[in-house]
Amino acid sequence: MTPETLEPLEKEEPRALKAELRRGRLRIGRFSVRFDPRTVLVCLALIVVTACLVVLSVGTGTYELSPMEVLRTFAGNGPPGAEFIVLDLRLPRAVVAVLVGFGTGMAGAVFQSLTRNPLGSPDIIGFGNGASAGALVAIIFLDAGAAQTALGALVGGFATAIAVYLLAWRRGVHGYRLVLVGIGVSAVLGAATSFLYIRADIGKAAQAASWTIGSLNDRGWTEARTAALGLIFCVPVVMVFGRRLTMLEMGDDTAGALGVPPERSRLILLCAGTGLTAMAVAAAGPIPFLAMASPQLARRVTRAAGPNVLPAAWMGALLVTAADLLTQRVTGSALMPVGVVTGVAGGLFLAWLLLQERRAHHV
Amino acid sequence: MPAVIRLRPGGTRQLPATEPRSRPPRTAGLVIGLVLLLAAAALSLAVGTEHLTLGQVWSGLFSPSGSRYDNIVRELRLPRTFIGIAVGAALGLAGGVMQVLTRNPLADPGLLGVNAGSSAAVVTAISVFGITSFTGYLWFALIGAAVAAIVVNALGGTRSATPVRLALAGTAVNAALFGYVNGLQQWDLSTLDSMRFWSVGTLEKRDPELLLTALPLLIAGALLAFALARPLGALSLGEDHARALGTSVRRTRVLSIVAITLLCGSATAVCGPIGFVGLMIPHAVRAFTGPDPRWMLPYCALFAPTLLLVADVIGRVVVAPSEIQADIVTSFIGGLIFVHLVRQRKVAQL
Repeated sequence: MTPETLEPLEKEEPRALKAELRRGRLRIGRFSVRFDPRTVLVCLALIVVTACLVVLSVGTGTYELSPMEVLRTFAGNGPPGAEFIVLDLRLPRAVVAVLVGFGTGMAGAVFQSLTRNPLGSPDIIGFGNGASAGALVAIIFLDAGAAQTALGALVGGFATAIAVYLLAWRRGVHGYRLVLVGIGVSAVLGAATSFLYIRADIGKAAQAASWTIGSLNDRGWTEARTAALGLIFCVPVVMVFGRRLTMLEMGDDTAGALGVPPERSRLILLCAGTGLTAMAVAAAGPIPFLAMASPQLARRVTRAAGPNVLPAAWMGALLVTAADLLTQRVTGSALMPVGVVTGVAGGLFLAWLLLQERRAHHV
Repeated sequence: MPAVIRLRPGGTRQLPATEPRSRPPRTAGLVIGLVLLLAAAALSLAVGTEHLTLGQVWSGLFSPSGSRYDNIVRELRLPRTFIGIAVGAALGLAGGVMQVLTRNPLADPGLLGVNAGSSAAVVTAISVFGITSFTGYLWFALIGAAVAAIVVNALGGTRSATPVRLALAGTAVNAALFGYVNGLQQWDLSTLDSMRFWSVGTLEKRDPELLLTALPLLIAGALLAFALARPLGALSLGEDHARALGTSVRRTRVLSIVAITLLCGSATAVCGPIGFVGLMIPHAVRAFTGPDPRWMLPYCALFAPTLLLVADVIGRVVVAPSEIQADIVTSFIGGLIFVHLVRQRKVAQL
């Protein structure tokens, strides 16, 4: 090979790589990855904003720290005394917020895709209620501490998921039957929960009340570990099987013809989604509207048609972090459950969403 | 949006049967309903922490001799039974009107957010405006019910409404409003104790005075509902048919929402939110009356209070000497029946 032929190629390569990247392809040797460039950018932006909010959330409060001071404390040379406040008191709460938001957002994307309905989120179809019921049983009957309460929430969430799935089964599970059965089971569980709630003494009722709304108050590294453990198991499953969601959305027959076994894929994804939800509930209690709003917002930002699993997850992380910051700043109290803010914001968002849907003649 | 599927408009409804095929005479059903209601009322008067014989109940009601039993019957159980009858009839009628109006077999004031609207308004009255009188609650409950009814209807879409869409809109509004109620309770921990009892519907320890205040509104709502039976029947054939039959669609809709609001709002103000009575009863009675609201609504008004009284009695018996609130009993049973209904229906009907 002569230098004359080599030179233009070397000049051409970065430009070719750029063009490839813009089209959403990356090839390294024999391996190639396809992606949507806009989605990647959105994810990066969401991560950056979330990180900024975490720094802000960790730095504000009774003991104020500038963002630079917070970063220096992370690096290990912050102002004296900051280490305890930042690393032991405020950071765990922020980390739990990010993990819980990530898991719930991802679960929301999976459920909405499976039920083919923007409202088919885990909390609306009763998994959240199941987890609360489990937590309440643990608190009221078993005098449970934080860890056992989390375990109770996990058991309750899974038991409800299995019950709803089996009840909705009639030669396959159809999306909207799953939703309606979820509403019914939710009502039965709600009745059981109110019964327990009313019969408990006021101390336990107050403890339970913060569970049934979703709160980041008093969350420490234990809850962060619970949340992280759940994510380690469930996220890879969703990432691997998540590609099948697009095909399942086209209908069972089409998916089957394309080589995706519909029932089995649905079951696996349902389990992973439930695992994510239960993990989040175990760590923070059911935070209303998060699972519904995250995928919808993510879809609008990425403008991509698919289930948008990763953008939805990061959107969830962003929303919880923002809501927690807002809760602490607006009410001036770290005790107010974050679920109150997401509940009110979620209601407004939902009204807007339903009106949009009606205009587009969907649902 | 590809993740959304379009659903068929719900509830294809048959013409109201003018010639019932081998159906028992429908007036007989009303008589049976009245007998059952009286039996439920007797049960409600007799059963409780202290079980009374029917003889004791009778003498307590009609020939009081000043015994302790007379007091139990007259002071405690009679008001409670009257409240149960009035509230039950209101919820049944509201559910019936709602199911015909929305052509939605799954409609229920609780499910479609109306009860939640009342609760949210009452909790606001307690905690924000510091209102403590039950008559004060009444107006808040009415306004809350009206706002929630309008919002759910608007979100559910009146023309393109499907059972799924409406149920989802209602569930979502419910979730938002109960989140708000919970939030206020957290904000105001001192009143959590009293509010956690209010936010679950019950006939226990409700003020008879309040029933007297709410009664005119309940009666107005009931009369309006009965007056709407004919136009609602026409509307259930579809809007075009209704117009051809000379029914004003818009007026019928607006008046129906007024009736539902009057009935549910005052019922919730008296008893707190009680779910699923309005779902179960219209379903059950339709099997006998057919879809014609002129027959269905009177049946609802008779059988719904029976159900509520029985639920209340069950709640008194199961964990005696303590009590389970009526709403918990009806929601438990109602949720199971709802799941059963959903499972029974063919996919196309949803």
